Amino acid sequence: MRVLTIARLTILEASRRKLLIALGVLTLAVVVLTSWGFSRLPTMKDVTPAEVRLASSQLTILVAFMFSGVLALGSTLVAAPSIASDIESGIALAILPRPIRRSELLMGKWLGLALLVALYAALSGLLEMVGIWLGTGYLPPNPVAALAFVAAEGIVLMTLALLLSTRLAPMTGGVVALVLFFVAWIGGIALAIGLAFANDTITSIGIGSRLLIPTDGLWHGAIYYLEPSEILAAARAAGRARAGNPFFADAPLPLAYLAWVVAWLLAVLGLANWSFARRDL
Amino acid sequence: MEAADAASLAVHTQDLAKRYGKTVALSGLTMSVRRSEVFGFLGPNGAGKTTAVKLLVGLALPTAGQGWVLGAPIGDLATRRHLGYLPELFRYQGWMKAREVLGLHCELSGMARSDWKKEIELALDLVGLAERADDKVEGFSKGMQQRLGLGVALLGRPELVLLDEPTSALDPVGRHDVREIIRQLKARGTAVFLNSHLLSEVEQVCDRLAVVDHGRVIATGTMGQILGQDGAVRVRVTGLTPATRLGLQGYGSLEDEGEWLTFRGLAPERVPELVGDIVRQGGRVYAVEPRHETLEDRFLQLLKEQGD
Repeated sequence: MRVLTIARLTILEASRRKLLIALGVLTLAVVVLTSWGFSRLPTMKDVTPAEVRLASSQLTILVAFMFSGVLALGSTLVAAPSIASDIESGIALAILPRPIRRSELLMGKWLGLALLVALYAALSGLLEMVGIWLGTGYLPPNPVAALAFVAAEGIVLMTLALLLSTRLAPMTGGVVALVLFFVAWIGGIALAIGLAFANDTITSIGIGSRLLIPTDGLWHGAIYYLEPSEILAAARAAGRARAGNPFFADAPLPLAYLAWVVAWLLAVLGLANWSFARRDL
Repeated sequence: MEAADAASLAVHTQDLAKRYGKTVALSGLTMSVRRSEVFGFLGPNGAGKTTAVKLLVGLALPTAGQGWVLGAPIGDLATRRHLGYLPELFRYQGWMKAREVLGLHCELSGMARSDWKKEIELALDLVGLAERADDKVEGFSKGMQQRLGLGVALLGRPELVLLDEPTSALDPVGRHDVREIIRQLKARGTAVFLNSHLLSEVEQVCDRLAVVDHGRVIATGTMGQILGQDGAVRVRVTGLTPATRLGLQGYGSLEDEGEWLTFRGLAPERVPELVGDIVRQGGRVYAVEPRHETLEDRFLQLLKEQGD
């Protein structure tokens, strides 16, 4: 199974190039520091358990945002050069005349990168949640679901970067993917404002951006499972005052949207395979 | 030629063409490479040599024409199992050891795992890298990378090996080694497609060759056919008028260099007749030298004729 061979090669490369150890050490340092910070919350003067819980929940969302950002930027930096660099350096010229389909090479790389993204999301998320729990006794309502959405966000952006990598230079593909990521983030804010103020045009723009680049949609899927019920109730009561807050989600993602994300992934992967198969090397 | 006929050949192309936008890289390449022969593919820079090889191994898609490799249409997945290819500009994963690179290619080629060790050791010995087998490729010189590339191309006893400028980074010892390897490949029945602009290399190892220019074959055949069976004769002569000189063209393709006249395609038995004719027409002959044309001479002449 040549897809698995390439996936193994991709993971091995990340390990041999010391990406995994560098990421692991930095992540551990961040988890230790943030856990220490969380552990200070209950010791603050006149603080009540409810306030600790409230502050912990909000800080947890911010820390999750940081990790989702690391995943998004990291997976883009790794995926954008994955095909393009192999073509530029001549590695692809040596591999592809072997009895391997281009689609097998591409899907192998995707699988390897997707496993790395999922593994990082799971391990870093688990460590952080344990750190927060030890420091404050707080755990979000559904950390597993939240981490799954964070991982999915990384995989979506990685897949987009991989598509760009079949045609664009590594630097260009990376920059384009990151610009689209941040545009989608702003699109998510536009959607919240459009809905709060019943502005159809802004709402349509927000929906369009969330459909075209589902990273922000998935981020909101993650947020929802990090919010305790009292936060949800308070934010709902705030009405328009909460509009545009990119760290709040008032509902889980609808099933139709999740189906759309799956279709989006399949379509982008199909396009990447089509594009790579037709490229002269 | 039909596909069935192409099966008996290592490579056959019919009007194979490739365009990159408005640039014509290859315009109607028609050639055949027999099984078990060493075939030289010669041409100046930009003639389309590397494009042709890339089309044959499926790295680029032709815009017109057809091609068969080992009897199958070019790009055929199963056939690639029997191909070895050394690209001109390539790199292996610098973070891997030489042995691991060879292992990866064993795996990708679908070789039985039980054969890997033997094949890897064989390839390492053949290209002289046994002592560096466990070193990372990023520490290799260009020449050593080329040796490794050659080792990769020879894995699994391929039926056809395509070598694109295999000695461009090698020292004289390395070049000698490559020529020996090519001879060994031929001895065991492997067809070798040697893409090179090192004419002496081609002259020493190739059974047949094709000369390409501007994406088209301008000459093909055995070395003898390309060089011309009858060779050439140089005559140092004075006292001939321009008209008389022109009249001597009947003896062969004439190259007029002042006192020296070179007649190409002149049968040796006609040399006395030529000298007699020159003397009869008032010429004074000082020297008559048979000239053994080198491939370089012939190559340059072919390109010049093409340019004219």
